Amino acid sequence: MPSRETLVTEFTARAEEVSAVVSTVASIDAALDHVVDLCVGKDACQWLLAGCEAPLSAPAENLCATVAAKVLAAPGLAEDLRDRLAQRCRANGIHLVEGSLRQRLGGIDIGLTFADAGIAETGTLVIDSSDEETRLATMISEVHVAILPAGKIVATADDLAVPLGQALARPGNFTAFITGASRTADIERVLAIGVHGPLALHILILED
Amino acid sequence: MQTARDLKGYKKEIQGALENDFLRSAMDKFAVAYPASRARAFAGIDVPSLVAEIAAIKDANLARLDQLLAEFTRHAEACGVKVHLAEDAEAANRIIAEIAHAGGAHRIVKSKSMTAEETLLNHHLEAEGLEVVETDLGEWIIQLRHEGPSHMVMPAIHLSRHQVADLFSEVTRTRQDAEIERLVKVSRRELRARYVEADMGITGANFAIADTGAIGITTNEGNARLVATLPRIHVALMGIDKLVSTLTDALRINRALPRNATGQKITSYVTWITGPVACAAGPEGRKEMHIVFLDNGRRALARDPIFAQVLRCVRCGACANVCPVYRMVGGHQYGHIYIGAIGLILTYFFHGRDKARNLVQNCINCGACKAVCAAGIDLPHLIKEIHTRIQDETGHPLQSSMLAKVLANRGLFHRLLRAARVAQKPITGGTPYLRHLPMIFSKEQNFRVLPAIAEVPFRDRWPVLRPRVERPRWRVALFSGCVQDFVHPEQLEAGLKSMEGLGVRVEFPMGQSCCGLPAQMMGEKEAARRVAIQNMAAMATERCDYIVTLCASCASHLTHGYPKLFTEGTEEKRLAQAFSAKVITFSRFLSEVVKIGPEHFGPAVGVKTTYHAPCHLCRGLEEHEAPKALIKAAGMDFAPAAEEETCCGFGGTYSSKFPTISAQILELKLADIERTGAAVLVTECPGCVMQLRGGAKRAGMPLKVLHLAEALAEARAPADK
Repeated sequence: MPSRETLVTEFTARAEEVSAVVSTVASIDAALDHVVDLCVGKDACQWLLAGCEAPLSAPAENLCATVAAKVLAAPGLAEDLRDRLAQRCRANGIHLVEGSLRQRLGGIDIGLTFADAGIAETGTLVIDSSDEETRLATMISEVHVAILPAGKIVATADDLAVPLGQALARPGNFTAFITGASRTADIERVLAIGVHGPLALHILILED
Repeated sequence: MQTARDLKGYKKEIQGALENDFLRSAMDKFAVAYPASRARAFAGIDVPSLVAEIAAIKDANLARLDQLLAEFTRHAEACGVKVHLAEDAEAANRIIAEIAHAGGAHRIVKSKSMTAEETLLNHHLEAEGLEVVETDLGEWIIQLRHEGPSHMVMPAIHLSRHQVADLFSEVTRTRQDAEIERLVKVSRRELRARYVEADMGITGANFAIADTGAIGITTNEGNARLVATLPRIHVALMGIDKLVSTLTDALRINRALPRNATGQKITSYVTWITGPVACAAGPEGRKEMHIVFLDNGRRALARDPIFAQVLRCVRCGACANVCPVYRMVGGHQYGHIYIGAIGLILTYFFHGRDKARNLVQNCINCGACKAVCAAGIDLPHLIKEIHTRIQDETGHPLQSSMLAKVLANRGLFHRLLRAARVAQKPITGGTPYLRHLPMIFSKEQNFRVLPAIAEVPFRDRWPVLRPRVERPRWRVALFSGCVQDFVHPEQLEAGLKSMEGLGVRVEFPMGQSCCGLPAQMMGEKEAARRVAIQNMAAMATERCDYIVTLCASCASHLTHGYPKLFTEGTEEKRLAQAFSAKVITFSRFLSEVVKIGPEHFGPAVGVKTTYHAPCHLCRGLEEHEAPKALIKAAGMDFAPAAEEETCCGFGGTYSSKFPTISAQILELKLADIERTGAAVLVTECPGCVMQLRGGAKRAGMPLKVLHLAEALAEARAPADK
């Protein structure tokens, strides 16, 4: 059984290999600060990365118009954490999504989720996404930020066979393995990051 | 897709592909980049063991497909999924259209599914008045162009950024620049609108896990996640061969799948779904979910003693990635819907003989696909089996059955070769080359200079050459193969010379003939069998320790091909196994048995020398080191070539059947060799020598091409003789 330190190092190296941005945070409050800072520091034209400058067909342009202020979604956060995050958002002029993300399919700036596990060998996050809002937050956000407790990193996917097997036995389960941001090499085999999913993935490894 | 009516039409299409400069350069770049990224992805993993494990998992699951299907259905239906089994493509398409109609769905978004390509699902749904949009970038591009995929994993690999920009300009009615990053963003935003509108999502699946009723989907773009999330109906379509027993099976396979496909350790997304998930747009906040399993001949195939293993395929596409012919012609000419080596085989089973009959002839038999297959499928062998089967079903072409008749009769074959020597005289002009091609060869053959048939074949020189070894340490029977016997006897002479004084007693049994591989390559299995029986009798296996051959193709065929020719439990099978066990290549014999070393050679000459690994040696017999060790031991200055193990384009009868492809493979090979700066090229197969020497001569390269035996004979120390 490799030490926690080895696992964190391996996880970080593998995740960075696929362009994830990995940071270590000492506490949950530090993680929330980090997320808000990231949102504040995000480019003023929030659609720049997503190709806002490119001319599009009318229906695609219309969808774009549904986007207003900087938006952060953090579904599935426990109530006290949510309050702490909401406070920070208010102080920084960020809109924290209350209702369903289905109203915001044009995209949001940041989706914040917790990861249930990490796989060191491949730099993979394991996220129970059975809740539709969690699923959407990790799909339609431009930047997906995941908080991963250091103690939840295992060496290989095989080490998760038991809990994962149990999860798969639950009706309505949707478990996501997420490794880096969404990517394609479909045009001339040139790697491009950010196709249908997030344009960037940030992982905050939470020390105990 | 295959539309050619006959081989002539097919060759015409191939010519078009060969003249497509963009396709050629894209394919070349990919062919060179892929092996390195694959190796990086597999670093630290015991690949042969993993492949064996996956083969065992798939075999075990295929043996109990019906039980797995019942188990999966029970679990999935308990979760609220409706499971369908479609007998054939038409049934699958009908079922899916009915689901759409019943659910009042009009707009459909789709993520990648080779199974849907197999059934031509989109055509059917569109004909039913439904709107279908592919959301995988590559699939969307080819859908807009009304084309089929040219690669299983990278469906639009045949297109340039300029072609995509033109296409996207049309779609958005606004001029788009040919900048990849921006084009990707255009697809992101255009397609996002489509997800939002859609009422039904169709995905494929990589795994259907029987013990939970869950499915697993791997993607990089994340489109399958949106397709499976936003619309209120989710239909997953997959072949029943995607059934596995447990999650553990799926995780095993997924260790190899992305690494082999694109050199990624894992895809960006792997999604595991059990039954209808929460969905705000669905009835009662849940999805309506359907899983459609396609049979289309798979259940029968799973029971086929020879072909069942094709269902091990995990659709990684690696067999195309490494195929020298695919590299030249691209996917549209190297498959119907399924592409690459596996595509040649699957086309026969899923899309019929007519679509497959030209394709199966276009295998150069280099074994690169087999060596890279994630599930250990013996692809080249199965392609030949299909070729044979098609010829048995539809009649053997005249050329092929003539060859079969001649090869099966050694006396006749050798008489014809001797007659050909006399007939060629006016065109060799006294040189060892055919200077003007004889009538039987077309102008297309002119890309290399072909050697002439030797004045005196090796068998006639043998009485004089036969070495006298009083107290032999090893008793060897020499198997020459027809090329060395009749065209390059000097290579065999050099072989004898390089073994002089080492205690090797050599016999040359006169009853031996062609090894039979050309017959097998032409789909003439019966002739191949008859030749094998003759050779096994002629070589008098019991009187020698080893059967040594200087031809890599013969060696590989004698070793692996012979036992496969005969049915389990027969006397011939037993004989073939005993025979095969004694076959050894020249380099392996010298390197591992005789253990020849620098002390057996004269002072090092240090000529810069590179090596070409014959396909049948490096992959056919997994011999990667012995020839190079001998080159170094003999004092040559070894300079490795980047594509040392890439095929030279010869492939025996292949190069005369598809000369234009062979010529281009050769051109790339010679360019790679030229980059080493070597003055001498050594290889261990007379076919490769013929191709490479003839190509270098035609191109005017100052390259000396030698059979390993010739190089060693030159370097042996006089004192040692």
